[in-house]
Amino acid sequence: MSTARFAIPGVVAVNAFREAIRDRILYNLIFFALMMFGAAILVGQISIGIERLVIVNLGLSAISIIGLIMAIFIGVGLVYKEIEKRTLYSLLAKPVRRWEFLVGKYSGLLLTLAVNTALMTLGLAAALFYVSRHFERSDVSILVAVYFILLELALVTALALFFSCFSSPMLSTLFTLGIYITGVFAQDIREFGQVTKNPALLGLTRVLYYLLPNFHNFNGIAAAAYSDKIPAALIAQNALYALLYVTVILLGASVVFSRRNLK
Amino acid sequence: MGTPAIDIQGLTKDFPLGFWRQRQRRSLDNLTLQVEEGEVFGFLGPNGAGKTTTLKLLMGLIFPTAGTARIRGRSIDDVDMHREIGFLPEQPYFYDYLTARELLDYYARFFGFGAAERSERVKRFLERVGLAAAADVQLRKFSKGMLQRVGIAQAILHDPQVVFLDEPMSGLDPVGRREVRDIILALKQQGRTVFFSTHILTDAEMLCDRVAVLLGGKLQGVGSPGDIVSLKVQGMEILFEARDGRPLPQNLAERATRTGARYRIEVPEAELYGALELLRASEARILSVQPLRPTLEDYFFGLVDREKAAAHAVEVDAR
Repeated sequence: MSTARFAIPGVVAVNAFREAIRDRILYNLIFFALMMFGAAILVGQISIGIERLVIVNLGLSAISIIGLIMAIFIGVGLVYKEIEKRTLYSLLAKPVRRWEFLVGKYSGLLLTLAVNTALMTLGLAAALFYVSRHFERSDVSILVAVYFILLELALVTALALFFSCFSSPMLSTLFTLGIYITGVFAQDIREFGQVTKNPALLGLTRVLYYLLPNFHNFNGIAAAAYSDKIPAALIAQNALYALLYVTVILLGASVVFSRRNLK
Repeated sequence: MGTPAIDIQGLTKDFPLGFWRQRQRRSLDNLTLQVEEGEVFGFLGPNGAGKTTTLKLLMGLIFPTAGTARIRGRSIDDVDMHREIGFLPEQPYFYDYLTARELLDYYARFFGFGAAERSERVKRFLERVGLAAAADVQLRKFSKGMLQRVGIAQAILHDPQVVFLDEPMSGLDPVGRREVRDIILALKQQGRTVFFSTHILTDAEMLCDRVAVLLGGKLQGVGSPGDIVSLKVQGMEILFEARDGRPLPQNLAERATRTGARYRIEVPEAELYGALELLRASEARILSVQPLRPTLEDYFFGLVDREKAAAHAVEVDAR
């Protein structure tokens, strides 16, 4: 009666997903649906040939922002809440390693975000169909943009979980948000360093550019809105980048959490 | 004698204090203890004695500053050893969005039971702790006592060889307490080792083969409950009712306290038979005679006083 090691994070993940559903996290979909419904009607009224552009921009931006809010605010409480409420005591007395718990909680939130994002994407598709009455081949770029958003959320969730292992939700939110905002401007920081004549500043901006997650490359909203083709190389590169970065952050979180005394 | 069920060697835990974490507070000081297979072992001490710290160390929830511990010969760092142990935390709190059945099913999954076996075990253990009727109620609607019962069920769900219970009677009504006592005795009959912390002496006296007493993080003694406190009888208590119209003997009347028709008197153990003889002569009706033992509280206060006296003596010597 031994459980395969890989199965344990799965058990934790399913429970974390169930928690999110029972905490009515997916109620945000009602807000999203109302917003897309209102936007579709409004855009139909003031149609000047940019309905698709407006709907895609609005829809993808909302998917990204709602996802980010969920990833950060739920992510920072993933571990903290379990320690505060002492639900972790009974769990870690079972044959569950701390890294398995972390990977499980991470996967559970990611599953929640994926389901939420998928449902919002369906809402966006419905609104798009309402204003355009048809789909185009180039609409595939919308799916790629959604995929990039998911990769971005995977990274942000990992960061939130990492901070959640050793600091309070308030501080973890500040740290995660700070890194996210810096990461969005990673390209600009690097360019700023290159135009400066100060070698120390150049060094610092270079370190920041390579150290912090580069969220700039995950923004496919503009390309999707203008039906631009997103290069396959960028899709592969982003996937690999997110995978590596998430792995490193989760390893770091495991190292920190494995040594932590639970109060 | 084989490998002890629990073998603790010099276990010490310091917690850092203050913003810079420079100062240390010692919660557990060089604890060495062995518990044999099949024993019901009571871990006694007042609040803050270090009982929960010890249990957390054994469960791998916190890490020792010094010392080691082994459970059934396996290091406490070995997470796979957790297949052989069960743990009820103090004032347990569980995922309140789950029902009792879902929670036990969740925990059972970590032991690799198949769906049919999980279902059967969950049902059986919910019945065992008297929660069959509340199996499908969300835990957020449970009382403290009901949560304690769920906690006990999750601790023994996988038939562990060693069961650790942190204040298992806490929050339970008398019926619940008796049920928990029955569960502990049933575990003993099955040959399991039970290690439970409590600050209630009667629980320990009723259940334990041996007890350890902890105070201020230090082990004060290990032995049978009788060795620790019970044998030291402080006097005898007699409850009686006087015969209508008959006066009490003079020397007893001075010491007796009256509640309604009943009298209560405390006499030294050596004077018991003399007092009973006087009561018999006055045709009083004896209701009960029982030894007055120090409570665990008295015992602890005695230890604390001794410790204070020792500290004072050291201070005087230093001058």
